[in-house]
Amino acid sequence: MPPDIASEEGLSNTPRAQQFAEGNKLEVGILWRITRMGLAHRWRMATAVGATVAAAIFQLFIPRYVGEAVDHAQGLLGSGAGTVSPAMAEQALWGAGMMVLFFSILRGLFTLLQNYHGEGVGHCIGYELRLSFYEQVQRLSFSFHDKVHTGDLITRGMLDLEGVRMFISTGIIRIVLLTVLIGGSAWLLTSTNMVLGMLALSFVPFVGWRSAVARLKLRWMWLLMQERLSVITRRMEENLTGIRVVRAFGAQKFELDQFEIASDEALEVAIQRVTVRVSNTTMMTFAFFASMVLVLWVGGLQVVDGEITVGVLAEVLTFMMILQMPVRQIGMLVNSFARASTCGARLFEVIDREPRIKDRAAAPALKLEKGVLRFEDVRFSFGRDSGDARVLDGVSFSVGPGETLGIVGPPGSGKSTIAHLVPRFYDVTGGRVTIDGQDIREVSLDSLRAAVSVVQQDAFLFTASIENNIAYGDPWSDGERIARANRSAQLHDYVAKLPGGYETLVGERGVSLSGGQRQRLSIARGILSDPSIVVFDDSTAAVDAATERRIRLALRAGQDKRATVIISHRLGSLMHADEILFVEAGRVVERGSHAALMALGGKYHDLYRLQSRPGDDHGVEVAPLGETS
Amino acid sequence: MSVAEQTRHPPKAVVGSQVSQDEEMFGRAFDGRVIRRFLGFCKPYKVGLAISILSVLVYTATQVAIPLVILYAIDNALVEGVRDRTLLELVVLLFAGVVILNYGANFLQENLVGRAAERVLIDLRRAMFTHLQSVSLSFMDRTEVGRLMSRLQSDVNALQEFLETSIFAVGDLVLLAGIVVVLLALDWNLGLLTLSIVPILFVMRIIWLPRAREAFMKAREANSIANGALAEAIHGVRTVQGMVREKVNFALYNDRARQNLLAHLRAAKFAQANVPIVDTLTGGAMAIVIVVGGNQVLGGTLDLGVMVAFIFYVQRFFDPIRSLTLQYSFMQRAMVSGQRILEVLDVPIAVQDKPDAIDMRECEGSIEFENVTFGYVKNQPVLRNVSFKVKPGETVALVGPTGSGKTSATALVHRFYDIWDGAVRVGGHDVRDVTQESLGRHVAMVLQEPFLFTGSVFDNIRFRCTDASRQAVIDAAKAVGAHDFIERLPQGYDTVLEQRGANLSLGQRQLLSFARAIVADTKILILDEATASIDSYTEMQIQQALAKLLEGRTGLVIAHRLATIRGCDRIIVLQDGEIREEGNHDQLIAAKGMYAGLYTLNYASFDDVPEELADELADAGSTT
Repeated sequence: MPPDIASEEGLSNTPRAQQFAEGNKLEVGILWRITRMGLAHRWRMATAVGATVAAAIFQLFIPRYVGEAVDHAQGLLGSGAGTVSPAMAEQALWGAGMMVLFFSILRGLFTLLQNYHGEGVGHCIGYELRLSFYEQVQRLSFSFHDKVHTGDLITRGMLDLEGVRMFISTGIIRIVLLTVLIGGSAWLLTSTNMVLGMLALSFVPFVGWRSAVARLKLRWMWLLMQERLSVITRRMEENLTGIRVVRAFGAQKFELDQFEIASDEALEVAIQRVTVRVSNTTMMTFAFFASMVLVLWVGGLQVVDGEITVGVLAEVLTFMMILQMPVRQIGMLVNSFARASTCGARLFEVIDREPRIKDRAAAPALKLEKGVLRFEDVRFSFGRDSGDARVLDGVSFSVGPGETLGIVGPPGSGKSTIAHLVPRFYDVTGGRVTIDGQDIREVSLDSLRAAVSVVQQDAFLFTASIENNIAYGDPWSDGERIARANRSAQLHDYVAKLPGGYETLVGERGVSLSGGQRQRLSIARGILSDPSIVVFDDSTAAVDAATERRIRLALRAGQDKRATVIISHRLGSLMHADEILFVEAGRVVERGSHAALMALGGKYHDLYRLQSRPGDDHGVEVAPLGETS
Repeated sequence: MSVAEQTRHPPKAVVGSQVSQDEEMFGRAFDGRVIRRFLGFCKPYKVGLAISILSVLVYTATQVAIPLVILYAIDNALVEGVRDRTLLELVVLLFAGVVILNYGANFLQENLVGRAAERVLIDLRRAMFTHLQSVSLSFMDRTEVGRLMSRLQSDVNALQEFLETSIFAVGDLVLLAGIVVVLLALDWNLGLLTLSIVPILFVMRIIWLPRAREAFMKAREANSIANGALAEAIHGVRTVQGMVREKVNFALYNDRARQNLLAHLRAAKFAQANVPIVDTLTGGAMAIVIVVGGNQVLGGTLDLGVMVAFIFYVQRFFDPIRSLTLQYSFMQRAMVSGQRILEVLDVPIAVQDKPDAIDMRECEGSIEFENVTFGYVKNQPVLRNVSFKVKPGETVALVGPTGSGKTSATALVHRFYDIWDGAVRVGGHDVRDVTQESLGRHVAMVLQEPFLFTGSVFDNIRFRCTDASRQAVIDAAKAVGAHDFIERLPQGYDTVLEQRGANLSLGQRQLLSFARAIVADTKILILDEATASIDSYTEMQIQQALAKLLEGRTGLVIAHRLATIRGCDRIIVLQDGEIREEGNHDQLIAAKGMYAGLYTLNYASFDDVPEELADELADAGSTT
């Protein structure tokens, strides 16, 4: 595996040519890996393969009896009544007929087993892959999810997974079937008649060569097509999401032109692909029929010369009829291989990735005593290179139970990053973060994140009831506790008024909540399990000031055992904090209580003036609801 | 319940939606309306399609002919007594001719149909996309982009499957008919006897189908539910990790995935139950040919070649039936997708140009509302009898609590919706009398949530005005104070904004959308000021940019900040869709109405005012 795949920096976005070249190298490895997964289901796989072989063998026997029947019918005709009695011939016909029927039934039953278990193994693998993919999505750290489009992950977890799963039935089982059928008929054909057999099979090498060539071409086009289609998708999606902007600027025509260009480019490849695919499959069929012509010609001459019987020729031709289906399937096999290897590469790229943030071996659980959070000279940058801009540069603070720390600063100053470092969504690049003296990198993630709660800016709602959404971090909590947390977040009254109350479904398919309501729900979610350390990351930006104040008062009640960090650009949210840090460009430039910072007359003071109403100098002091407006 | 069980299934936890996201997946296989509409889309390619149908016929005829040629060779050149080398060679030549014809026709049919299919798909997608550009915004407001995208993509792709294989269905039907005809023509009695097994197949299928269909539906549903849960995990991963829900979710997802597995295994069982039936019947038919036909050959009433041909045909007879079954399920799926695509195409275009709409070339920039009544839902007007006028060059602020109708009023200037009663005039013209395109040339809008497209900063600023020079773009950026931060981006103006500018702050995006409005250089500017979530620094910058932006233009501003409101020439206070007060800041303060009340409450933004307070004030205001 190339080294860059192992690092957690997004998914490969390598140029097509490189993808193509690497894909060819990786292909065998990926297909073998899928096969191994299939082989792990020993019994099912063995049944599928065994049934496949049996079904193919029975299918091969059928022409033999047909040929025999033809010879019996013909033998009587040719040599007159003397040699074979009509009764015997009739008996032989009955025998052949019954054998054909019997073998057909067996073939059907074995084909059933073959398909059912072949698909079954595929579904089992699909199930296993689903689980690993899901687990992996949950494990991979923020730095991965920051870089990878959700749409890309969804495609990999759904469509690519299908492509891999199908490989068992459309690839492996089919290749067994085709090998037995073509190999078996090659043996039977050549043993029936060497020359005719060779002629009958003369199309095989040709088809093999064609499919090898076509496979490469098709794969290349597939990559090209994906690229062009994704442009169309992006154009459409952005247009529809930004439809108001498009209309506001009367840009429909412009957008349509852009769409047209993207469409034409995709169409060009699509049509090329059709031509390649069609010329490939039709050539295969042609080669097959051409060898049939040869068989009839050469075989016919042999019959005329009396070297073989008509029955032999009929048998060879019947064999060929049976081969018509497998020949068509070689094309599909090629497709299945190409699809499985490409999809597999994309799927395994996610599954194999090592998350950047994970537990050390045998990491102990966090031992909470008081719950003191300390940042000690913390430095952080997103990239790994030393050249990357520092997001945090030497941030130190300490906040203990009952204390509140406020963090303020211009956008991009690193405020949110501080919030993300506490539950170890990212690891520091220098210095350390400790809770009660334990470096958070030394304790287990589960215990750390259970003790810490970060209420984030953008509240995500799951498709579930409001109650389940609030109880997300502690699904065992009872209704009373949920309501209490929700009361503190000032959302209870609203929920109680809903027709479905706490059972009301929210999220993608449910009732839609306003930005402020979502944030309040997220606050309720964050405080439900009484974490020792809570970080509010600008989590009231969309909540009106009066409600925010009520939330703050409600939270104060349980605050004596909890360390609170409030990040906001609204000073009213944090001016009551015990200590306030003013952060700029990743550094703490001012720190102290509100009064001390005001006395300092620095940046905090300026910001405070800025947020007060212009021209009303006294506004701050008398703000009736404790706001800074 | 055991402890282990409890940890696996907490009472208040689910993953994903409990119901399938797909609507009815198995619709009718045949819907005349859908078919007719689609034929319309095929029309431009009718020549190619006609040729390909012709090719299908030729192809099928050659398929049917191949065993006949072999039969002829056996009966006339190979059977003892009639062996004839010259005739054999002639027949082989004929055979070679048929094979070449077969190849040509095969290539032609698949290639032409494949091309036409790709084109039709693009056309369909284009038709939907084009249509969506002009459907009413209220439809777009109601509909999630994701659902539209699934119609534009999944449904169109489902049709691809169908279109590419539909030609084979035609071929299969013809082949089936051809084989029946040839069998009966070769030997009536033996033909009838052989075909007598077909009804058995139909009976079997009728018993099998409803149960199989149910199993398939369950499998699809389970799949959709499991996929929904995965999508949710991907979208909400940050919350999942923050709340340490990984283990619980994994256990719940495991159940989902397992149900999906079981449903699919069951469906596979049903799908495969068919195979032995078809194989047994094929074997039965062959046995009939061998025993009955063989005896007839013995009795001299049947040619040996006919018997061999029968065996060939019987083997091929079930192939088309098998692939037609597959076709049937493609067709069902295609019909459902087709209906969904038509649903999109049939969304009414609410706002349309009049046939004699004029192209408004010049516009002095006035806006006038005359007794405008408008709403989105019948009998629930959002604006009631609203009248006001904005003179060219004037800036008017619309103020009022959430839900007062501010946004609706601004949308009407651009004719995003048609009003119920009254008139909206821009530059003296009723907006319904001018083309929407020309209206767009004179009215620009800056929305609350700035929207950027994937593309360079440069392209984003000039957006529709593709002929804007680089200098014009830079000037615009300088005017709104965006130049400095753009220059600091890795490639300056050529920096490509990933994921709609997610790497820029909201304030920066706002400035870019201001610059965009400056480049568009319209007489009228409509601005929906962003609410709370901008920090004070950017806010100051934005105030300055705003002043620049409104210079020399008519402005209608949905204002939230007092600073913005005070900078406007006139203020209109809206509540519950009606105009409450109108005048400049000093006048309104002097009037001691709702505005004055809000103002003295000391909020920096009107949106901070709690609803109940706003209501109180409104009552107070109306009584004074």
